[in-house]
Amino acid sequence: MNRHPSPGRLRAWHLAAGAVLLAVLAAGSLFVGVGDLTPAGLLGGRPGDMRLLVESRLPRLLAVLLAGTATSVAGLVMMHITGNRFVSPSTTGTGESAAFGVLLATLFAGGEAVLVKMVMAVGCALLGTFFFVWILRRLTFRDMILVPLVGIMFGGVIGAATTFFAYRADLLQSLGAWTAGDFSGVLRGRYELLWIAGAVTALGYLYADRFTVAGMGRGFAVNLGVRYDRVVNTGLVLVAVITAVVVVTVGQIPFVSLVVPNLVTLALGDNLRHALPATALAGALLVLLCDVAGRLVRFPYEIPVSTVVGVVGSVLFLALLLRGGRRMGLR
Amino acid sequence: MIEIKDVTKRYGETVVLDGVSLTIAPGGVTSVIGANGAGKSTLLSVVSRLVPADGGTVTVDGMDVATTPGDRLARRLAVLRQDNHLSVRLTVRELVAFGRFPHSGGRLTAADRDLVEEAIDYFELGDLADRHLDQLSGGQRQRAHVAMVLCQDTDYVLLDEPLNNLDMRHSVQMMRRLRRMADDYGKTVVMVVHDVNFASCHSDTIVAMKDGSVVAQGTTAEMMTPEVLNAVYDLDIDVHEIGGHRIGVYFS
Repeated sequence: MNRHPSPGRLRAWHLAAGAVLLAVLAAGSLFVGVGDLTPAGLLGGRPGDMRLLVESRLPRLLAVLLAGTATSVAGLVMMHITGNRFVSPSTTGTGESAAFGVLLATLFAGGEAVLVKMVMAVGCALLGTFFFVWILRRLTFRDMILVPLVGIMFGGVIGAATTFFAYRADLLQSLGAWTAGDFSGVLRGRYELLWIAGAVTALGYLYADRFTVAGMGRGFAVNLGVRYDRVVNTGLVLVAVITAVVVVTVGQIPFVSLVVPNLVTLALGDNLRHALPATALAGALLVLLCDVAGRLVRFPYEIPVSTVVGVVGSVLFLALLLRGGRRMGLR
Repeated sequence: MIEIKDVTKRYGETVVLDGVSLTIAPGGVTSVIGANGAGKSTLLSVVSRLVPADGGTVTVDGMDVATTPGDRLARRLAVLRQDNHLSVRLTVRELVAFGRFPHSGGRLTAADRDLVEEAIDYFELGDLADRHLDQLSGGQRQRAHVAMVLCQDTDYVLLDEPLNNLDMRHSVQMMRRLRRMADDYGKTVVMVVHDVNFASCHSDTIVAMKDGSVVAQGTTAEMMTPEVLNAVYDLDIDVHEIGGHRIGVYFS
């Protein structure tokens, strides 16, 4: 009985149109790459085609979709639980902390144990994120810009420490793999951890209303009988897990967690029940586009997705600041 | 009934509430008046469990606000704070619908939706219902927030300076609506009001605070006297009967 469809509000067909667009692009992306794979060859049952699809192209596509979705939703949640549009896992040291965790795991458990890497990455991401929030609560002057600046500095310090130890242990090359997101190494058996990020994202949807309420502030949340601290902590764990899993499997993807949620909420408002599915879709779309672009620009060579997203994301972010600055709380 | 017993609150060395005891009977409009820093807002915050008391107890219909589960209390008591600027962009209807959260947990039933529309109509927000809050004037936004509180459908409604940022016309309209909320829905409305004359014209009971204590409580007629007001505000205030209301004159 929705008698009042609202303008600017997400309607079912918007989501459906986005999903169709994503599906078309996704299907197309399967046939972009150095190995010769065509729809005709696939249907004709050419030997090797199916194997290429199942071993490489499909895993890569899934990794792109999962990472894009989870990263952007993590940004959306972070933005709400900190009440600041410029706070995202990439401006709070979360990604850097996760990379530090991967370094620790590599130093002490060798490079092969993926589960150890993940546990360490999640642990460090949690510590780093909660430490940042602890700093945040002690800041007396909580300016819209100051908070993410503090986060970026904090991330810088952790990044510097990581680089130092990686340099001493002759691991700088591996460090590059964790800090610069790249899907070219994704094969079957090497991306499946991302399903954890996908599952956590889906769980986040169950909390959508609570995250929205938390975004309205502690007083609002308490009035509505929502346990503010528990919701914030749940959100932080969600963000840390997603960020860490993405860092371990494909590396950090910059800007997505900052730009996508801001673009979507600028258009749709901050009600997560509507904004979260749209953010998930838009995040997947952006990362897929950037990955395919990175594969095509210097074909047959590849440009890492983090580089492409860095360029596209910074342009989008600047446009966002120039056009939506007032609505984002900047005067 | 709201029962406040020996409530104390300190911020560092400063005692903001000094053993406040007060009973607010169900029904009607109660205004809390007093000078700046008298502890009015803090008292309201303690009663609505936004701020924990350092000592003493507050019970709402026998439920201790410090220990009762938050969601249970949220179905009995709603509070609107002074600072209602949201960084979150929601439409008016979305905001009002969140008033149903304590009841529905986010899954709105048909009955919930009817209540949302009723609250929107009650505050004449129909034309604005799909606008985002940041596109509204201060007065419209204030109305949307009070509509959310109404939609929360609680027996007790606490408001901290609901007239903040409102011009004269909107202040009068807001007070009339709050008055009608108490009359039409049988709610107990408790609010902090700065202007004694608004308190006088629209409330049944007035509570006066000074330096963290309740110094006087009574019906509007009992409280709107030069003696009481002079003691509360340390200011010479003449009281005149105009159009059936007692009006304090203190401007010169």
